Amino acid sequence: MTNKKNIWLSGPYIIWIAGFIILPILTIVYYAFTDATKKFTFSNIVNAVTDTANLKALGLTVLLATLATLICLLLAYPLALCLTKSRIKNKTLLIYLFILPIFMNFMLQMVAINVILEDNGIINSLLQALGLPKFHIANTFTAILIGMSYDYFPFMLLPIYNTVSRIDKDYINASKDLGANSLKTFLKVTFPLTLPGVVSGITMVFVPAISDFAIAEMLGGGKIMLIGNVVEMSFTKGHYYQGSGLALLLMVFVLLSSLIPTGDSDTEGGAIIL
Amino acid sequence: MKKDNIVELRDISVTFDGEQILDGLNLDIKDKEFITLLGPSGCGKTTTLRLIAGFLEPESGEIVFDGKKINGVPAYKRQVNTIFQRYALFPHLNVYENIAFGLRIKKLKEKEIEEKVNEMLELVNLKGLEKRSIDTLSGGQQQRVAIARAIVNRPRVLLLDEPLAALDLKLRKEMQKELKNIQQQLGITFVFVTHDQEEALTMSDRVVVMAGGKIQQIGTPQDIYNEPKNAFVADFIGDSNIIDGIMVKDLLVNFLGVDFPCVDTGFGNNNPVDVVIRPEDVILVPPQKSEMKGTVTSLIFKGVHYEMDVMAGGFKWLVHSTKMEPVGSEVGIYIEPENIQIMHKPRSKDEEAVSIDE
Repeated sequence: MTNKKNIWLSGPYIIWIAGFIILPILTIVYYAFTDATKKFTFSNIVNAVTDTANLKALGLTVLLATLATLICLLLAYPLALCLTKSRIKNKTLLIYLFILPIFMNFMLQMVAINVILEDNGIINSLLQALGLPKFHIANTFTAILIGMSYDYFPFMLLPIYNTVSRIDKDYINASKDLGANSLKTFLKVTFPLTLPGVVSGITMVFVPAISDFAIAEMLGGGKIMLIGNVVEMSFTKGHYYQGSGLALLLMVFVLLSSLIPTGDSDTEGGAIIL
Repeated sequence: MKKDNIVELRDISVTFDGEQILDGLNLDIKDKEFITLLGPSGCGKTTTLRLIAGFLEPESGEIVFDGKKINGVPAYKRQVNTIFQRYALFPHLNVYENIAFGLRIKKLKEKEIEEKVNEMLELVNLKGLEKRSIDTLSGGQQQRVAIARAIVNRPRVLLLDEPLAALDLKLRKEMQKELKNIQQQLGITFVFVTHDQEEALTMSDRVVVMAGGKIQQIGTPQDIYNEPKNAFVADFIGDSNIIDGIMVKDLLVNFLGVDFPCVDTGFGNNNPVDVVIRPEDVILVPPQKSEMKGTVTSLIFKGVHYEMDVMAGGFKWLVHSTKMEPVGSEVGIYIEPENIQIMHKPRSKDEEAVSIDE
């Protein structure tokens, strides 16, 4: 078997994975189940789930991640349909335009969003010029939601576009041939066939959104605590044991949420390719 | 509109990217007939099918269905169903749900759907496979699901786009017979598209030979084979020897330097013509018995007959015979006068097409 001969090729990555992924995870697990006296304990985990502040942060995070995922989905799916149907020849370039923000510095993106949303920012100046009342968006839940939706949108668009654009036109024709109008064709054929891409897009937005703390910090002005911020704060304040307990819990939560049944996404799935 | 026509195409023209795909096509399809559109790829046969299905609108011309013009009527409102070349079975539905698709759209009662689907499963021999997913089926089974999915809706016209192209030879022959049986059993008009001339001849009531976006000839398989209207049809339907000739006068044609008596009249005197002779009509005789002498240059055993190349009069003759002559032997060529087909030479591209009035 050539596989066995070439296994050493994966050596560098195995070392990498051991040093930077497996070892840190084991460390977190160790810290999560010990206290300052290095004795085994469940209290870090128990505290993590009983502390009302933590639960509130978790609830807010799940709500935010869910809303951001929904916004991305509602924006990306119709766009993917439009892009597929467009007569423009160079679709790759078109897609690049929509995912361009990925290539821009993250800090810059956040600063720019802040400039737009600020009390004296672009939106409010515009509203003022039109004689309309101002909106206070900066440093609120809404600001974080806008930032998240903006930042993760490309990760929803790509997998959905991949499945939508690869649907064989014959399936659509067959559906119409059998008497289904455009709406029924969409509901009974197009959408089910693109479900793997939708699931993959949801996973790729929801999972990072739920563990995010940077966007919340940049756009929430430190006023809104997401579960990621709680974890981050525990560590910066030196509470390694509690922080590890929370981090472990969050990891399990993320793992569970990414195990949403994905259908047969292994073949048609929405791996990002351009 | 004649009474027994179910579909009429009137002066249909279609162009893609500046290329003329169909050029003033006229075609009548009779109710309950098995009609085959036959031609090389790019001849416009699949385009014709897509026009009837409603996947494509013509630039000019009328499509009439059961007496009513249906230009602009969307595909889902037409009483036709299609069997696609690659079947286009829905991969997210199992066999049963694929067949039931059209019935569910029509909102039939569950019990009625079950009855009809089961009847179809029986008809196409797929009983017991209703729960199977599409990608676990063989090509032949997928073909059967595609047939069932289309005819369960009892369309007036069934369109078949090279449905047997992906099957192996034995299965193809089997399906040819089955399709023909189903067509006769259900009394549905079949419009069948193929590039396989043998398939067209075995299955059809009528064959439409197409090339270059035009109809070359319409007729029964016998007509098309025995009386091809031009050199293209003769060449496309079976093997032929097509030779440049001069019509000396009525009942006498000269080609390859030899005069042959024939049965055709009305081509004028000393006019250039195409002479078409089927390989099975070329009879090999001892060389002293014919003015057309030659040498056998190749010999292949084909099962039912031998296929030979004979170099004679500067032309390589294709000869089918149950009697073999070894390579290198001297032979003479004899042809019965009624087996010599005389055709006008196409003087321009336009004249290659012939009037479709039978």
